[in-house]
Amino acid sequence: MAGLAEPTGTPAAWPDTYGDDAKERVGFFTDTSVCIGCKACEVACKEWNLVPEDGLVWTGESYDNTSELGANTWRHVAFIEQNEPLHVEPGGEEQVDALRWLMSSDVCKHCTHAACLDVCPTGSLFRTEYGTVVVQQDICNGCGYCVPACPFGVLDKRHIPRHSADPPAEILGLQLGKKEDGRVWKCTLCYDRLKGGHEPACAKACPTDSIQFGPLDELRERADKRLEKLQAENWNGARLYGRDPDDGVGGFGAFFLLLDEPEVYGLPPDPVVTTRDLPEMWATAAVAAGAIVLGVVAGFLGGSR
Amino acid sequence: MSSYYGRPVLKEPVWQPEIPWYFFTGGLAGASGVLSLVARLSGNETLARRSLYVGAAADLVSPALLVSDLGRPERFLNMFRVFKVTSPMSVGSWILGVSGGASTTAALLEATGRLKPVKYAAELVSALSGAPLATYTATLVSDTAIPVWHEARKELPFLFGSSAVASAGAAAAIVVPPAEAGPARRLALGGVVVENVLFEMMEKRLGMLGEPYTKGEAGKYKKLAMGCTVGGAALLGTLGRRSRVAAAAGGALVLAGEAALRWSVFKAGFQSARDPKYTVDPQRERVSRQSDGRSRTQPGSSDASV
Repeated sequence: MAGLAEPTGTPAAWPDTYGDDAKERVGFFTDTSVCIGCKACEVACKEWNLVPEDGLVWTGESYDNTSELGANTWRHVAFIEQNEPLHVEPGGEEQVDALRWLMSSDVCKHCTHAACLDVCPTGSLFRTEYGTVVVQQDICNGCGYCVPACPFGVLDKRHIPRHSADPPAEILGLQLGKKEDGRVWKCTLCYDRLKGGHEPACAKACPTDSIQFGPLDELRERADKRLEKLQAENWNGARLYGRDPDDGVGGFGAFFLLLDEPEVYGLPPDPVVTTRDLPEMWATAAVAAGAIVLGVVAGFLGGSR
Repeated sequence: MSSYYGRPVLKEPVWQPEIPWYFFTGGLAGASGVLSLVARLSGNETLARRSLYVGAAADLVSPALLVSDLGRPERFLNMFRVFKVTSPMSVGSWILGVSGGASTTAALLEATGRLKPVKYAAELVSALSGAPLATYTATLVSDTAIPVWHEARKELPFLFGSSAVASAGAAAAIVVPPAEAGPARRLALGGVVVENVLFEMMEKRLGMLGEPYTKGEAGKYKKLAMGCTVGGAALLGTLGRRSRVAAAAGGALVLAGEAALRWSVFKAGFQSARDPKYTVDPQRERVSRQSDGRSRTQPGSSDASV
């Protein structure tokens, strides 16, 4: 378990395992202060990655009919209408009829210490040479462990027919395969595009540079400067989310500049990689296993009757 | 509103009913392996033999349930591509593989009366891997972001362990004549007492996160579990000492209760994932504890929402 969730800000065993093939760690900086809610990122992602349709519904939740990330949604633009001013002068008067519209394009965080990757029993989820986290679809067997392991609710099992002319195998009435794709899907940070030297589709399509792609160190510097500027201009609630390598997941590979608390955007305020408690949890399970043996032995102390 | 349009922050698990049933059969299989070996060593051959069969049967059902739950059942062998200590499911697959292989081998040799030394070795392996088989499933659910599972990581292995012991005892009390089933009855009784006390303590300690265990379907299963286990254990401890019929009825009640207990824990996880307050509130509290004494540098209201 060496290297498990150490607060180093570097993923475990990365990039050493890649030797000469290792690349600089890349990621996204999503600056929500310039997001205009055009959803070009959602569309570009779907098109490039051939992500299937995931229901066409009107939610009535501002301009958001996508609702959340999932197997078939790898970018999700959130819309929040608030009776809040966009700027707050220190000591200034409170605005009564203030109004602001927050928009933010959410995505897989590509955590430094990724719970999904840790718990994947098949090794399908892996850390790429770019430091990103990707599901190998030819290996995933749909065990679903990564789904509740993710502290952001990013991953999900894909629920669509595999092929209409491809009925599920049936054994004793059990529909093996359950007529569905059955595997887990999520953002790959456009692994294929990175390999070809291109930036991810969402960042490429973003018309305002709200989604910025690049080496993570560079993005962090850029984000710090941006935050400084917004704070100097008295933007209401400006903060970075996931930039800090000391947080519960060792920092995000895809982090954000938000204008309110994370939970307002549907993000957890203090996410942790639960595998960091695994040494303690294994110890507890071992003690409990010992207790079973002792308990059973104790049951025989009174003889057979 | 503590979340985005009241939507969950986490995804609910995608696990199907096969999984809580497996928690039950896995526990039954594991503890039966231990029970069988200890009975063998104590000279209670009937109890040893029949617990071995019970364990082997549960060990045969378990992988079938797990394979059936996979999104791609035809790829179940991928579970054995790697051994990952960071993944309780990977470790558990290997434990189940070893334990199931050992217990079914031992049962087969017991039934055919062949290869005594191999049988004893298989029984030993089955018992040694049986105890972790009964507790690793608690680690598996604890190692998720689901609040009521992760925060219960100190109690769940003991809860699952005591439930497994009670299951093995109850099953043995059904298939062994009362005169030779004394240890099995005592294990069922002991397991039931420990698990019910533990469940209450866990719920109290969890505070607000204990709620999902008492509400909705989880709450119903919990009540059912308590009623069945306590009623069944009482029957086993009284009439079940002499009457075969009473022992069978009591054992069946305890088994039903143990299955309900696994379902209660399972459902509580879904319920806590569904309501964002169980995710956001404890984290928010943690953040404010950490930032206590540190001056806030960021302007703006912190509790602004729609």
